[in-house]
Amino acid sequence: MISQIKASLFRLMPQLIALAVILLLNFIMFPQFFHLEIQNGRLYGSVIDVLNRGAPVALLSIGMTLVIATKGIDLSVGAVIAICGAVAAASIVAGYSLAYTLLLTIGVGLACGLWNGFLVAVLDIQPIIATLVLMVAGRGIAQLITEGMILTFNNDGLIFLGSGAFAALPMPVVIWVLAALVVILLVRRTALGMLVEAIGINRRASTLSGIQTPVLLIAVYALSGLCASIAGIIVSADIKGADANNAGLWLELDAILAVVVGGNSLLGGRFSIVGSLIGAMIIQSVNTGILLSGFPPEFNLVIKAIIVIVILVIQSPALQSATAFFQRRRGEGQMVHKEQAK
Amino acid sequence: MNSKYLPLLATIVIFILAYAGCVAEYPNMLSTRVAGNLLTDNAFLGIAAVGMTFVIISGGIDLSIGSVIAFTGVFLAIILRDTSIHPLLAFALVLLITTIFGAGMGAIIHYLSMPPFIVTLAGMFLARGIAFVISIDSIPIEHDFYSRLSDLYWLMPGGGRLTLIGGVMLLVFAGGIVLAHRTRFGANVYAMGGGVQTAELMGVPVGRTTILIYALSGFLAGLSGIVFSIYTSAGYSLATVGVELDAIAAVVIGGTLLTGGAGFVGGTLIGILIQGLIQTYITFDGSLSSWWTKILIGLLLFAFILMQKGLLLLSRFNRRYV
Repeated sequence: MISQIKASLFRLMPQLIALAVILLLNFIMFPQFFHLEIQNGRLYGSVIDVLNRGAPVALLSIGMTLVIATKGIDLSVGAVIAICGAVAAASIVAGYSLAYTLLLTIGVGLACGLWNGFLVAVLDIQPIIATLVLMVAGRGIAQLITEGMILTFNNDGLIFLGSGAFAALPMPVVIWVLAALVVILLVRRTALGMLVEAIGINRRASTLSGIQTPVLLIAVYALSGLCASIAGIIVSADIKGADANNAGLWLELDAILAVVVGGNSLLGGRFSIVGSLIGAMIIQSVNTGILLSGFPPEFNLVIKAIIVIVILVIQSPALQSATAFFQRRRGEGQMVHKEQAK
Repeated sequence: MNSKYLPLLATIVIFILAYAGCVAEYPNMLSTRVAGNLLTDNAFLGIAAVGMTFVIISGGIDLSIGSVIAFTGVFLAIILRDTSIHPLLAFALVLLITTIFGAGMGAIIHYLSMPPFIVTLAGMFLARGIAFVISIDSIPIEHDFYSRLSDLYWLMPGGGRLTLIGGVMLLVFAGGIVLAHRTRFGANVYAMGGGVQTAELMGVPVGRTTILIYALSGFLAGLSGIVFSIYTSAGYSLATVGVELDAIAAVVIGGTLLTGGAGFVGGTLIGILIQGLIQTYITFDGSLSSWWTKILIGLLLFAFILMQKGLLLLSRFNRRYV
C-alpha cells in the first residue's frame, strides 16, 4: 500500500513541482499568501480561497478524468452546470424541500450524463460530437427553465452548500474532497479503474475480452453528469441564484485542461484522478495569483494558453519518441564505450 | 442515386420545407429584403464556416475561430484609432497574422502529432487572451472608408439589399466550392479525411496539407473578423463567443461527415441559412424567446448525426450483402 502511494506520488512529481513553483511565485509576489486565520469558526486565507474557488473545476475534473481515460471527452459539462443550477433554483423557489431539490438536481445531471453515454456507447457517435449536441442545446434548456431570468433564492440550506463551513473548511472544499475520495476508492479498490483504462487503450479488444464496454461507458458519462450536477448546485448556491447564460461558461475547457495538466493523456488509457485534482488546483492558483499580484486579469487567458502549450509540447507523442530515441542512442553509445574499454 | 448526396439533399429539402412553412405563416418572409438580410446577418458566420468545412472534411476540428474573429475586430479597431494606416493595409496585415496563426497551429498538430482539438483549444485561449490584452473595451470604428464599405449594396429587384459583406460571403463560398472539388489541394483534403495513413501512401503531402488547411481556416476566420467589424462598426474582445460551435453545427447540418472524408462546401451554406432562418422566424414571431434557437439547432444537429450514422450503417450493409 505504502509503496503504491510512493509510486503514484513519484509519477505525479512534475505536477507537484509545477504546483509548488506556482505557489512559491504567489508567495513571492504576495507574502501573505500562506497566512491563515479563523473567523466565525471558518478558516480564511488565500490558500483556502484557491481550494474553494477551484471546487467546480475540481469536481468536473473527477468525472472528466474517467471520460478521457476511455478515450472520450465530455463537452457538455458546462451546459449541464447551467441546467442543474436552473433546476435547483427553480425547485427551491417553487417551495420544494431541500432534500427533494438536491435529489431532483442530481437526477437531472445523471439523466444528462446517461443521454451522452447512450449516444456514445449505443449509437456509437464520436464523443466530441455526441456531447456537442447537449453543449449547444443545454444553455437553451437552462434558459427555458429559468424563463430567461436570473432566478434568485433565499433558502438557507441551499446557500449553506455554497458558502457555509464544516469543520472550519468551506463546504465546496468538503464536497469536492469527499466526492474525489469516494470515486478514487471506487475505481482503485475495485477493478473498475483498470477496466476503464482497458477501454481507453483498445475498446474493441476490451469488448472481445468480455468487458461490458457499453455499460461502463454509459456509467462513466453518467458519473461526469453527476459531478457536473454537484458543481452546478455549488455554483448557484454560491451566487444565490441561477444564471443560465453564464453559469459554468467555459468550465468544460478548464476541466479538460485540468485533466491534461494533471498528466493524463487525451488519447485515453492510464489515468490519475489525484493528478487531475492537482491540475485543477494549478489552474486556480494561476488565476488567484494573477488577481493577487495586481496583473490585469486580461493576461489570465494568455498565461493559461502559454502554460497549456508548454505542457502539451512536453507531453506530445512526437517529442516523447524523440527523447526515447536519443536516450537509446546514448545507451548504445555507452555500450560501445564499455566494449572499447574491454 | 448515390448515397453520398443524401445528407446534402435532406438539408436542401429541410431548408425549402422550413422556408415554405415560414412563408405560409408570414407571407412577408418571401421577399428579397428578408433574403438579403439573411445573407448580411450571417455573412461572418458563413465565411468562417467555409474554413471549418475544410478542417472537418480533413478529419480535424478548429475551436479557435470565434476568438480569432474577436481578435481581428479589436486589432482593426485599435490600429484604425491609433494610427493613420489605411484600412485596406490594416486588412492585409490582420489577414497575414491570422493566416500565420492558423499555419502555426497546423504545424504543431502535424509535427508534434497532437490532437487538433486540444491544439486549437490552446489557440482559442491565446487569441482571446491577446484580444483582451489589446483592449477590454468595445472600441467603435469611425473611419470614412468603413462607413462607405458598410453602405455599399446592390439593390435587388423587390427592394432587398445585397450588401458588400453578403456578397463577400457568397464569393467565399464559390471559391470554397472550386477549391474543394476542382483542385489538387481539395482532393488531398478529402483523401486525408478518408485516412491519414492511406493518404500518405497515396503520396499526399500530409504535413503541407495539414498546415495549409489550418492556415486557410485562420485566413477565413480573419476575413470573417473583418466582415464582422464592418457589420458592427466596432471591435470588442468579448464578441463572437461560441461562434465555432455555430460553425460546426452549420457544417454538420450541411451534410459533412464529422469523421471526415465526405462533405460539401455548398451544404454548409444551406446549414448557415437554416440557422439564420430559425432566428428570422423567431424575430417575426416576436413571442418566442431566443433560447429556442439554441434548442432547435441542438435538435437539428442531433437529427443529422443520427441520419449520418444510419447512412453509414446502410452503406456497410450494402457492401456486405451485394
